[in-house]
Amino acid sequence: MARRYLLEFEKPLVELEKQIDQIRELARDSEVDVSQQLLQLETLAARRREEIFHALTPSQKIQVARHPQRPSTLDFIQMFCDDWIELHGDRNSSDDKALIGGIARIDDTSVLLIGQQKGRDTKENVARNFGMAKPGGYRKALRLMDHADRFKLPIISFIDTPGAYAGLLAEEQGQGEAIAVNLREMFRLRVPVIATVIGEGGSGGALGIGVADKLLMFEHSVYTVASPEACASILWRDAGKAPEAAAALKITGEDLMTLGIVDEVLKEPSGGNNWAPLQAGEVLKESLLRNLKGLGQLSTKQLRDRRYEKFRKMGRFLEPSAFDEELIT
Amino acid sequence: MSLFDWFAARRKDQFVGKVIQETEEGDGLWGKCPECGQVVYRKDLSENANVCSNCGHHNRINSEERINLIADSNSFRPLDKNLSPVDPLGFKDRRAYADRLRESQASTGMKDGVITGLCNVEDIPLAIAVMDFRFMGGSMGSVVGEKITRLVEKATEKQLPLLIVCASGGARMQEGMLSLMQMAKISGALERHREAELLYMPLLTHPTTGGVTASFAMLGDLILAEPKALIGFAGRRVIEQTLREKLPENFQTAEYLLEHGFVDKIVPRTKLKSTLTKLLKLHGFNTKKRQR
Ligand SMILES: [Zn+2]
Repeated sequence: MARRYLLEFEKPLVELEKQIDQIRELARDSEVDVSQQLLQLETLAARRREEIFHALTPSQKIQVARHPQRPSTLDFIQMFCDDWIELHGDRNSSDDKALIGGIARIDDTSVLLIGQQKGRDTKENVARNFGMAKPGGYRKALRLMDHADRFKLPIISFIDTPGAYAGLLAEEQGQGEAIAVNLREMFRLRVPVIATVIGEGGSGGALGIGVADKLLMFEHSVYTVASPEACASILWRDAGKAPEAAAALKITGEDLMTLGIVDEVLKEPSGGNNWAPLQAGEVLKESLLRNLKGLGQLSTKQLRDRRYEKFRKMGRFLEPSAFDEELIT
Repeated sequence: MSLFDWFAARRKDQFVGKVIQETEEGDGLWGKCPECGQVVYRKDLSENANVCSNCGHHNRINSEERINLIADSNSFRPLDKNLSPVDPLGFKDRRAYADRLRESQASTGMKDGVITGLCNVEDIPLAIAVMDFRFMGGSMGSVVGEKITRLVEKATEKQLPLLIVCASGGARMQEGMLSLMQMAKISGALERHREAELLYMPLLTHPTTGGVTASFAMLGDLILAEPKALIGFAGRRVIEQTLREKLPENFQTAEYLLEHGFVDKIVPRTKLKSTLTKLLKLHGFNTKKRQR
């Protein structure tokens, strides 16, 4: 395995891992049986990792969600899809590499897959624009979703973006309009739509492919109305308060279940998805198939009505009843 | 929000049919145009829809003044007037969200940042929502989202055309993801209004940005804008700072959007009502029932 990229709060594990490596090294050169010692240390390391990841703060979860080795859209597709064929272009002069799409099979079901794609390193990230799609990306996604609608392919969407791209050309080409149209048109789709926040869900850029019948979210993924950095600099007037903003904004799967926004939180391997990507893939595949099966039972009308009702219920406010009104007046 | 606060807020709410004088700094008989510096008699200014008669600068007006400009007198009937915000996340930055709400409610007499209702425009029935920038920068939280959604649903049910006057800094961060989801909720309701082949026109006023731009502001059958209004998805500063791109002089103005194909027509405020009337009639919306 390539050298692991360690997050700040994982540092306590470094010493243990070093010891484990040293013992392995020794064992290779000698006849001494170290299996007992190794087992002990490995158990200890696993327990520590479990403890650390069990108590992650929202801002630490953001670091996990942005981990360069966290499985991406294409990683998941390669893990559990067959016959993957990527499809390109918005049919209006661009093919955004930050938002990809294509068709494939998951077991026996043909599906359309779309998702933001980040890179693993700087070079890849430049090509992928750090997973920040331009208007053309959202229009490509809609074109593909319309295709799925015509050919009755369920839609699987993977959300992993810091946000929609903010730039001169993006404004000129109508970033707001592109996202807005997706929000409206996704309500019209006659096929099941399942969205999963696999990494970070950044605001409108995430929602632009996120109007779904089921919204799944990995345990250490985050979904935010505004990046905690931006929120901190606007509301706290201090970008350094991003960790406070991250906590205040309620961005974790657990919080978003409570708020009625997320339908299911997917358990991650100890240490996060980057630690055991294949295991993460199994978890996601199981949930997708199970949800596809459930949604497959519904008629087109039921599907659309429920999607509408699901979003219709979102929001918290106070509404005095007619009875209260009379009391007051 | 406690019930006591709610009562207090309600007493301050006395808006219908009453013209409230803006009590801004330097309020007097005379004022100076912030754009051209011309000294103007305030009464003349307000009679000209708060548009400078010298340079055409559109001064900001509040939701109530906007409704008075559009609706026939005494025709406006508010909906969901008492829908009030709560603090779903217990949010506190340098100040508590609950305090910010109380302050905005006290200074505007509104429960939250949008007025919705039904009215007539030259006797043509219209469903109308007007966002108010004075209320926490016109930010969209649950109440704004819910009131607009209910209005759109009402318009669909009653087969009415719809106008939403936008003025917003975007989603309200203090309600977190609930605010973001209002974008989807309203867009869903607009999909049904559209499916019913009814006319929806947003009017983009200064400023219309962020999550509002990325949802209902850009979903009009016809999109109208006020002259020089700032309209955009991302903030100018964000684009400048992070990308160091040189931005054109008229970047993110109504005129810029018109040039790039995202606005149908720029409508000076003094011609707003007559333009709306023409458009409604041209689409077959008439005084009694719609005939098409
Ligand atoms: Zn002037």
